[in-house]
Amino acid sequence: MIYAQVMAGGIGSRMGHTERPKQFLNLADKPIIIHTLEKFSLIAEFDKIIVSIHPKWMQYAKDLIAKYIDDQRIVVIEGGAERNDTVMGAINYIKDNFGLNADDVLVMHDAVRPFISRRIIMDNIEAAKVYKAVDTVIGATDTIVRAKDGMITDIPVRDEMYQGQTPQTVNITAFETQYNNMTEEERNILSDSAKVMLLAGHKVGIVAGDESNIKVTRPYDLRIANIIARENLDVQ
Amino acid sequence: MFNNVYRLTGVRQIERLTTSTDLNTPGKVIVRPTLMSICRADERYYTGTRDKEVLAARLPMALIHEAVGEVVRDNTGTFTPGTKVVMIPTHAHGHDNLIADNYLRSSTFRSSTEDGFMREYVTIEPESLIEIPAGAQSTMNAFLEVVSVAVQAVRRLQETMINRQDKIGIWGDGNVAYMTAVVAREMFPESELYVFGKHQEKLDFISFANTVQIDEVPADLKLDQAIEAVGGRGSEAATNQIIDIINPRGAIVLSGVSENPVAINTRMVLEKGITLAGTTRSSREDFQTAIDLVANNHAVKERLELLVQNVKHVTEIKDITDAFDEDLTMNWGKTVLDWHM
Repeated sequence: MIYAQVMAGGIGSRMGHTERPKQFLNLADKPIIIHTLEKFSLIAEFDKIIVSIHPKWMQYAKDLIAKYIDDQRIVVIEGGAERNDTVMGAINYIKDNFGLNADDVLVMHDAVRPFISRRIIMDNIEAAKVYKAVDTVIGATDTIVRAKDGMITDIPVRDEMYQGQTPQTVNITAFETQYNNMTEEERNILSDSAKVMLLAGHKVGIVAGDESNIKVTRPYDLRIANIIARENLDVQ
Repeated sequence: MFNNVYRLTGVRQIERLTTSTDLNTPGKVIVRPTLMSICRADERYYTGTRDKEVLAARLPMALIHEAVGEVVRDNTGTFTPGTKVVMIPTHAHGHDNLIADNYLRSSTFRSSTEDGFMREYVTIEPESLIEIPAGAQSTMNAFLEVVSVAVQAVRRLQETMINRQDKIGIWGDGNVAYMTAVVAREMFPESELYVFGKHQEKLDFISFANTVQIDEVPADLKLDQAIEAVGGRGSEAATNQIIDIINPRGAIVLSGVSENPVAINTRMVLEKGITLAGTTRSSREDFQTAIDLVANNHAVKERLELLVQNVKHVTEIKDITDAFDEDLTMNWGKTVLDWHM
């Protein structure tokens, strides 16, 4: 089975004084999370689309989704305090409701990346047939430097540097096994699912992301997203 | 939902643009394009060889009017998700009982007077879709549109000509002429079919009809009816050659597009009582006939599959421009885009 998880556990602390978490803000007259879910809804390969939401906003999210999308595969569950908790929340939901098969995969995506393309999602699903974990990345255009205490310690070769986006895709059983082996501290520190899988010794494949697959987390991002969203209203 | 549309913005310049669409748009079907093919008309936009005024008025515009896809959502209940469909590029904005939509001046056409199919998802009306049955599915489906254009041309001949069809000629050695010949072979099963062309190496792809080089036409060869599928600068010589060879009261269907006016021997048109009929594009009925021909006749399907000479797996914009560039260098056959954008 192929499951999607749309992560919307945040409460929008980086967006400044917004009334609602960032995933609920409007972009081109529609909440960001709805744009994202609509894209996932058109992928027939998903057996279930799990939306992880902060407990306080669950009913709000359910009502909002019901207003826009009539896809029976979408379920809203409670997100966790840390990213790994949120992932495990989805995994436990899957185990409780559908049971777990060895080749089940989870395609995890940030709700606040509404410009995700079908191609990227399908590449994740395809690559998950080869790797236990898949990360979506784009090549770094700016030079990446490593610094500590206000000084550069290293400038890695740019050609080998990528920036991580989402989706990230994991084999559910492999992820759960590794999660159970990690200490409480590791679970809290390792906020990246690809890193969790690397730690377990799994090869993590990459698929090409896209410069447009931006994460709308700050007011500046929202301004850029609004420009992209309205750049071509004359297309017939 | 945000949808990506790939538009030609300048010469050889294709850019992604983001549009916003609703899943629930009433009366519409959402189709994921799977196979497309490149037409000479697309190439003329791509290379900037159309008139400056036309380019200025129409660009930016998404190219491609030959495409098939898969229904992913249907708000009209006409198709179940997963159904393979051909997309009809003629977009009627009114109907006339006596004139087909493809001839109405009010109709718009994809990749010409409105954006084409080069998109992540196409939101389209169900009347513009026809299911492709399993038996007809093939890579050649990408250019079913051209087959439907050939059907329309042959139909125009049938409805125009007098009842004499022993020998039928088709002028042209390109892709459209080949497809017209394939269709004519089926729609005129009793006729002797002759395909006239300039390039023997292209005519050699035709093993199901007689072929004739245009400078080696036997003096005693006369035809009852003809279809011109040359177009461009060759239109004039082709049309005049047909006028010379065709029997009195013959009909000539003109299907090749020329950017310039064509001077023809009207004296002989008058003397022989020749009928000239124009044809362009196709109707929904022609698409259905094209699909039926491919579904019910394996020979037709295989003859058309021979045209698939270049299949390009497309996952990024560079693949699109590479495909258009490669297509320009091809002598014969079609470039198919295996669309994953």
